[in-house]
Amino acid sequence: MELYNDIEKIREQFPALKQRVNNRELVYFDNGATAQKPVGVINLLNEMNSGVNGNIHRAVHELSARSTILYEGARDAVKSFINAGDRGEIIFTSGTTASINLVANSFTSTFINKGDVILLTEAEHHSNLVPWQMACSRSGAELRFLPVDEQGNWRMDLLDELLDKRVKLVSVAQISNVLGIINPVKQLIDKAHSAGAKVLIDGAQGIVHTRVDVKELDCDFYVFSGHKLYGPTGTGILYGKKNLLEEMVPWMGGGDMVGTVSLEKFSFAELPLKFEAGTPNFIGAAALGEAIKFMNSIDKGFAEKHEKEVESYILGELSRIDGIRIYGLGKNKIPLFSFNIEGIHPSDLAILLNKMGVAVRSGMMCCEPLMNRYGVTGMVRASLAVYNTMKEAEIFIESIKRGVRMLS
Amino acid sequence: MTIKEVEQQIVEEFSIFTDWLDKYEYIIELGKSLPIINEKGKDEKNLIKGCQSRVWLAADYIDGKIFFTADSDAIITKGIISLLVRVFSGRTPQEIIDADLLFIKEIGLEENLSPTRANGLLSMIRQIKFYAVAFAANKNS
Repeated sequence: MELYNDIEKIREQFPALKQRVNNRELVYFDNGATAQKPVGVINLLNEMNSGVNGNIHRAVHELSARSTILYEGARDAVKSFINAGDRGEIIFTSGTTASINLVANSFTSTFINKGDVILLTEAEHHSNLVPWQMACSRSGAELRFLPVDEQGNWRMDLLDELLDKRVKLVSVAQISNVLGIINPVKQLIDKAHSAGAKVLIDGAQGIVHTRVDVKELDCDFYVFSGHKLYGPTGTGILYGKKNLLEEMVPWMGGGDMVGTVSLEKFSFAELPLKFEAGTPNFIGAAALGEAIKFMNSIDKGFAEKHEKEVESYILGELSRIDGIRIYGLGKNKIPLFSFNIEGIHPSDLAILLNKMGVAVRSGMMCCEPLMNRYGVTGMVRASLAVYNTMKEAEIFIESIKRGVRMLS
Repeated sequence: MTIKEVEQQIVEEFSIFTDWLDKYEYIIELGKSLPIINEKGKDEKNLIKGCQSRVWLAADYIDGKIFFTADSDAIITKGIISLLVRVFSGRTPQEIIDADLLFIKEIGLEENLSPTRANGLLSMIRQIKFYAVAFAANKNS
């Protein structure tokens, strides 16, 4: 298969990018929140909703057989995409949040006891914080936090001290949705394992911008959402090591997760179905398989080089703006920029950018503790995807300058 | 002037703007020129928290009329607040309860009041109406 190494060819596959917003060509720089969908994903969703709609795993009829093939095919695609060892290790969920909640319930109830510690960082998204706060209040475990420095880098120098014998689980983002730095997860995983702790990697941003190999990382869990990876909303993945998933008790019961059921008791189904109670979003999951096909169709070397060029351009231009503070500066950065400009409220700037056709995020970005860490009530965030162009980056920079002129 | 008349006046002021740029520049000017709450009023009690921006709203009930002072940390929000204060402040509770605020739509700023904006403006209007209902109930009791 010939790989795409031309931005225009990549963009052509995304109908949403062709629209105008507020009488201008849309510049979509809110990909950290959700990415647009390629035609392959859209077409499969339409096809399945208008034809191939039979409930999976249940019936002998043709429609059920066809959706089951598409659903399980997507599982295989995900397995290869992250290089998992076994298809039983790939659990479909509704997104990163659901995946983390699954682990926060099932792993905690099986492996975490009163007095144990769960280690996070202070830069986690609410969805990798609140489920653990809830788990701690159920189990009597405690939370502990690895700090980040002023630039947003993990304080690896403090890790050894924090990783004592009480730590049973470490749950961290590979790339923070605010800071955009590729964190040294491999180093952390190795240290955590030496200390006897398991590790969950929140890959919501990481899966989009890095090449993930769960065997090489050796993480115990890796979770991500479909919708940030050019797939449908309401889809997500929990990868877990087979031996752990086999020991964990599901937190949801229902159809499809059982072996045999009598009025008194039941037995679990084999992995992965054990954790997929009820009718899943099988159409979405199948279309996530298409999103992975899209990811596989891109020349990765080209995409990484292109992202790097746009990233250094934006970083250079932003740095020259008077009074700007960029949060998250590190060696390995993805094209995601959170910032504040002195005297300018983030929501004001975002409103004006929207009027200029530029979509960015503003506010706390579901990271209130990190906002407090930096002493701000919000930030502006521009987050790019593989289809964003240098021309869009220039429009973005010009629009910021214009917005700043209006507001100062 | 009645609330409707003030609203009409604002609609006329905005009718001269032909594009969004002029309109927002005007709102930014309104926001900048109005220190509409004193520091004392910017306390936790008067704070309406949104994800995007924060709004403070204080109300005083004097001789049957409600006087509002308000502020925000975001200048566009503050500009729109100053329009709301102009419409609502110095009115009787009943006038406030009856106001429909159609002028916001007419001047093309309704997007800023949508629940998706989370900028505290929608909550501020709810709070203004709530004060009116509360003061009206107080008066009648």
